[in-house]
Amino acid sequence: MDAQHDDTGNAARPVLEAPDIARVLTRIAHEIVERAKGADDVVLLGIPTRGVFLARRLADKLEQITGRKTPVGSLDITMYRDDLRLRPARALARTEIPGEGIEGSLVVLVDDVLFSGRTIRAALDALGDIGRPRAVQLAVLVDRGHRELPIRADYVGKNLPTSLRETVKVQLAEEDGRDAVLLGVKQAAPADPR
Amino acid sequence: MTMSKILIRGARVLGGEPQDVLIDGETTAEVGTGLDAGDATVIEAEGRILLPGLVDLHTHLREPGREDSETVLTGTRAAAVGGFTAVHAMANTFPVADTAGVVEQVWRLGRESGYCDVQPVGAVTVGLEGKQLAELGAMHDSAAGVKVFSDDGKCVDDAVIMRRALEYVKAFDGVVAQHAQEPRLTEGAQMNEGVVSAELGLGGWPAVAEESIIARDVLLAAHVGSRVHICHLSTAGSVEIVRWAKSKGWNVTAEVTPHHLLLTDELVRTYNPVYKVNPPLRTEADVLALREALADGTIDCVATDHAPHPHEDKDCEWAAAAMGMVGLETALSVVQQTMVDTGLIDWAGVADRMSFRPAAIGRLAGHGRPVSAGEPANLTLVDPAYRGAVDPAGFASRSRNTPYEGRELPGRVTHTFLRGCATVVDGKLA
Amino acid sequence: MKRHLISAADLTRDDAVLILDTAEEMARVADRPIKKLPTLRGRTVVNLFFEDSTRTRISFEAAAKRLSADVINFSAKGSSVSKGESLKDTALTLEAMGADAVVIRHGASGAPYRLATSGWIDGAVVNAGDGTHEHPTQALLDAFTVRRRLVGPEAGLGRDLEGRRITIVGDILHSRVARSNVHLLTTLGAHVTLVAPPTLVPVGVEQWPCDVSYSLDDVLATSDAVMMLRVQRERMNAAYFPTEREYSRRYGLDGERMAKMPEHAVVMHPGPMVRGMEITAEVADSDRCTVVEQVANGVSIRMAVLYLLLGGADTALSAAPARTEENK
Repeated sequence: MDAQHDDTGNAARPVLEAPDIARVLTRIAHEIVERAKGADDVVLLGIPTRGVFLARRLADKLEQITGRKTPVGSLDITMYRDDLRLRPARALARTEIPGEGIEGSLVVLVDDVLFSGRTIRAALDALGDIGRPRAVQLAVLVDRGHRELPIRADYVGKNLPTSLRETVKVQLAEEDGRDAVLLGVKQAAPADPR
Repeated sequence: MTMSKILIRGARVLGGEPQDVLIDGETTAEVGTGLDAGDATVIEAEGRILLPGLVDLHTHLREPGREDSETVLTGTRAAAVGGFTAVHAMANTFPVADTAGVVEQVWRLGRESGYCDVQPVGAVTVGLEGKQLAELGAMHDSAAGVKVFSDDGKCVDDAVIMRRALEYVKAFDGVVAQHAQEPRLTEGAQMNEGVVSAELGLGGWPAVAEESIIARDVLLAAHVGSRVHICHLSTAGSVEIVRWAKSKGWNVTAEVTPHHLLLTDELVRTYNPVYKVNPPLRTEADVLALREALADGTIDCVATDHAPHPHEDKDCEWAAAAMGMVGLETALSVVQQTMVDTGLIDWAGVADRMSFRPAAIGRLAGHGRPVSAGEPANLTLVDPAYRGAVDPAGFASRSRNTPYEGRELPGRVTHTFLRGCATVVDGKLA
Repeated sequence: MKRHLISAADLTRDDAVLILDTAEEMARVADRPIKKLPTLRGRTVVNLFFEDSTRTRISFEAAAKRLSADVINFSAKGSSVSKGESLKDTALTLEAMGADAVVIRHGASGAPYRLATSGWIDGAVVNAGDGTHEHPTQALLDAFTVRRRLVGPEAGLGRDLEGRRITIVGDILHSRVARSNVHLLTTLGAHVTLVAPPTLVPVGVEQWPCDVSYSLDDVLATSDAVMMLRVQRERMNAAYFPTEREYSRRYGLDGERMAKMPEHAVVMHPGPMVRGMEITAEVADSDRCTVVEQVANGVSIRMAVLYLLLGGADTALSAAPARTEENK
């Protein structure tokens, strides 16, 4: 059961709306500038699908703050996943490394939801095959907890304590037509004996 | 397995009205209604069809030489199960049946088997090489009394050799049975040449390679006033040529195999070598033309081309596989499905195409006789209502290379009598 | 659910586009400092070659290795392995070795199909060329090359070859490349024309979803891509054509003929080329000729195929595109 299913359930409720998302992205952009001391060697790499849109939005905000273009790209982690054999082979998404490359830069990985940490583990592996950044940081819109690996985010839009029965779904205008973070409940197993 | 007197009660003789048939010793003693059983063993045969024992003009018994695929004993047991009382054993054995010695050996093995008469076919040329005539006369004069000569498996492609063979066998009323396959046109051939071969990338066996030889041979036979028999005719074009030759009054006969009456080259798409056979499975249009020709008598008879092969020769890729399929035990069922159940011929027609005519072509005494008093009791009792899936594991043949595995076919031979002797009882070998 | 790649005819349009799109991503790996992905770690791919074909074998080998699979090369050529029984025994051996995929090249049409359907092995079977039947990865790399050249690597993503006119010239009768290309290019919406002397066109071709022409000059001006097939000199001895010279005069591609092609049109060749026979050196060495690209694209395509067949619990071909936002 993946998170999309709660679109149909009545249990999904928005925990962040469009203005909230815009606000937290602005905050994260400021934090990046602050922590990266001007952010002049920052490269934003979004993890497809929605991480890429978030990365682009962050790049725009960084430009507003610093007046410079921030390189932005995408990093597909499909072929680095540790759960490949648990599901059918997946279609690949784009990996787009900005022309400047990542050698010696500060790469900020951007994703929508931080959950088990396995995606980020895969992203770090993928990054290692592409180059050697000065440092790698992580920005996420929502951290819902339940880490299975020793990974934490450097920039968090919203900490959202959840139970494993709950689902978190991020919607972005570029992909979904609107901005929202939805908290829902996994649909009950259909074969409930009672 | 000998019984002195047997009364078959209520069988439809050649598909006609129910009658009783009394077998006494080796002979059919009486045919009528309400016959008194007396001390005879009674077989209740209501709803069954009684046919003259079937005669196959084209069987590969493989002995001598390939006893791993079939022997005269296992092949004749398979024949009996299929309702046959006589089979013609093809000459392509190792050694080739091209001398009196080999044909007599095969003939003797048949006599010893006791399940089915074996009439050896003699090779036309030495070693089936197509170059030098075999001692046709000696084979005829031997105990085997060979009347049918064939290089089957290979074509007598040299026109002069074919002409001489056709002429030569006139001296003893023999017949040359031609495996019509132009060798140059079929080099590397793997299947029927057409839409399917183009797609599958398998070497094509064009219809013209068969038809051109048939055309030549009917003309040769007409020219020298001989009779010629065409083995396993497989194309609509071949039917046309034979029809034309017969319309001229020429002495031409032809056979068709059960598999060419039912299966098409579409099956080759499975690349399963069980469908690899020579001549190859053709198209739907060919199948329909063959059925029609068998019905109207253009094709004289059904012959099985029973071609046993060991498992390993079929459990491989297509190109490496042997050609041929077993057919004795399924022939009558396939004919029932394709010819009788379709209304093309009746059971009397089956008797004609599977017993009377093949026996007549082979000049085979004691077989292909009417079911009437005084005739040798070579009889086959069929349950036409039976339906069952083909299970090769139950075959009497030593080989299992049937294209019908798992396929539901109608009809079953319940009893076969060879000169009054039951070789098959209730569908099982006696 | 497809577990094998036996025939290009088995691929739907969406399957084919997915493979081409995946190959486009794989192609980018070649530009990276580390040209290797961990995706098929622990998987075993066997290259089972009953025929010599160094280029196809190393292409599959490079593809499997870039995906971190273990590769075993099994060359059955020259050994006693030529009878059918041995295909089965070889298959059983590979099964015992735990092959997850068998890439098979065999001289007999249908051998990969037999291998996949006979129950001899459990692994995925990839046809690397069987007799005169099919060579689906060659067709895929050809389609990939056409799409890159005519549409563009970026612009081509997600797109097929709708409306493109592709001409295949040469020994169609004996060509597994032609058969696979007719299926695949047609599935992708292209219009295929076969050009050959009538002796080298199979009986039954009229049922194929393509046109047939006996004149190369008639179709050049309307071709977006012209694919030249190798013509073996031995065919001459079987009377398929009178002489080499006559063949190349009527069906060979030289500079003069190439000039009749539209400006954007490309010349393709699956290799190895017989220069002076079906193609002149001038054409072979021109930048309209994609033969070197085709080789490079072959690795990307084969990576895509191996990934889609082995990169998950199940093949991705004809299954629902399965990218979800699970387990972030």
